[in-house]
Amino acid sequence: MIDVKGLKKSYGGLQVLKGVDLTINKGDCVVLVGPSGCGKSTFLRCLNHLEEPDGGHIIFNGKEVTDHDIDHVRQKMGMVFQHFNLFPHLTVKKNITLAPVRLGLMKQDEADKRAMELLGRIGLADKADTYPNMLSGGQKQRIAIVRALAMNPDVLLFDEPTSALDPEMVGEVLELMKELARGGMTMVCVTHEMGFAREVANRIIFIDEGVVKVDKPPKEFFANPENERLKAFLSKVL
Amino acid sequence: MEAQFEALSELVKSGQKLSFGQDFFVKFYQAFLYSDRWQQYIKGVGTTLLVTAIALVLGVVLGAIVAMIRVGHAQQKPHHHNLVLGVFNAIAKVYVTVIRGTPMMVQLLIMSMVVFASSRNFTMVGALALGINSGAYVSEIIRGGLMAVDPGQMEAGRSLGLNYMTTMFEIIIPQAIRSILPALGNEFIMLLKDSSLITVIGGKELLYAAQGIMNRTYEPMFPLLGVAAVYLVLVMLFSALLAKFERRLAQSDRR
Repeated sequence: MIDVKGLKKSYGGLQVLKGVDLTINKGDCVVLVGPSGCGKSTFLRCLNHLEEPDGGHIIFNGKEVTDHDIDHVRQKMGMVFQHFNLFPHLTVKKNITLAPVRLGLMKQDEADKRAMELLGRIGLADKADTYPNMLSGGQKQRIAIVRALAMNPDVLLFDEPTSALDPEMVGEVLELMKELARGGMTMVCVTHEMGFAREVANRIIFIDEGVVKVDKPPKEFFANPENERLKAFLSKVL
Repeated sequence: MEAQFEALSELVKSGQKLSFGQDFFVKFYQAFLYSDRWQQYIKGVGTTLLVTAIALVLGVVLGAIVAMIRVGHAQQKPHHHNLVLGVFNAIAKVYVTVIRGTPMMVQLLIMSMVVFASSRNFTMVGALALGINSGAYVSEIIRGGLMAVDPGQMEAGRSLGLNYMTTMFEIIIPQAIRSILPALGNEFIMLLKDSSLITVIGGKELLYAAQGIMNRTYEPMFPLLGVAAVYLVLVMLFSALLAKFERRLAQSDRR
């Protein structure tokens, strides 16, 4: 579904990504881990061109991602942010329906129905007409996920979705992500939640020094880390 | 009262000295009541408000355009600079620099004596000059408001597949308005006071009316104090309205 070849990105003189190759298949739940500053968030943000790659290719659904039709690509590549980035001036329902309606994918009443259905699924239907700042962090993040889902994306990108949450709210967000993964949604997650990676991911990618160092199913990933850097990393986070 | 004024005026003409109270009364009557002079002040206030309103609208329109150009230019991705936008951005920057770097009074004189030297409509030329001046300041207010919105909002909008313009109008601008409006209110008050400057090019607003009366009575104190009082009352009125409006905004922030 997504084919990344030789992806490069630098900031000023610092080369963060030094040629990342990665293939993400339909139905994959890929978790990206690595020491902070290793470029995993940058990699994720390059996928939908929130960061402009300096080199390499990203093939999405058989077509190269370019700036030219980036808006179309993004409609099918949902993104969930660390800080939720809900629109504070719009109600929860409007947050969810704005993009599908503005892009002409749905009529307002259809979109409303779909929004209510999705909100019902996460048990927040009663919050449809409130504003985001009345919600807890966990509720905000779950609504941000629903907002991305309302576009019926082919893949969801998660950029540290639980890092800004109070510990007691991490569970509800991870639970929703698990549910999505089990439902067959293709997901790429940058996260520090090793429990989630172990339980839900079918592949864990260790990025270090700007390249993919390890790409393995979780069992092998944790059981016998051959890479020295990965060993050092795991000994710190586990 | 009129009879009293006539009687006292006769006394002055015959060279008699008036008491403080009588003197006060004569000058006050001359400045505001004689041959219904207060109507000239009222007309002046009307023009002042009209000029302020025209200048504000012009300033906001100009300022919004300039701010959009400058923010749009700044938010382009590196290596993807649009040439047309670059040219507009350069023009916008020169405009802001020149207007903010030269005195308002000089700009007014240039507008009336150089650019529109043949125009007799001094009031409108003044309003135009004020509006152009205000646009530079308003553009910075709007630019600041747009830049103050969390960059994550633009990313969230774009990540949903909305294009730059739609994200700007649906997501960024509605949030920026909350910080822009109070500052615009201040700009309105500044304009209201600065509109008195167009007197020097013959704009017929409040201060102009006072000067006309001063020139006939040779008595500056009451017309000037009267004008000052009118400005003060107007500014206090609008400040109170603004404060009320800001409280409303703050309230809807807390929802």
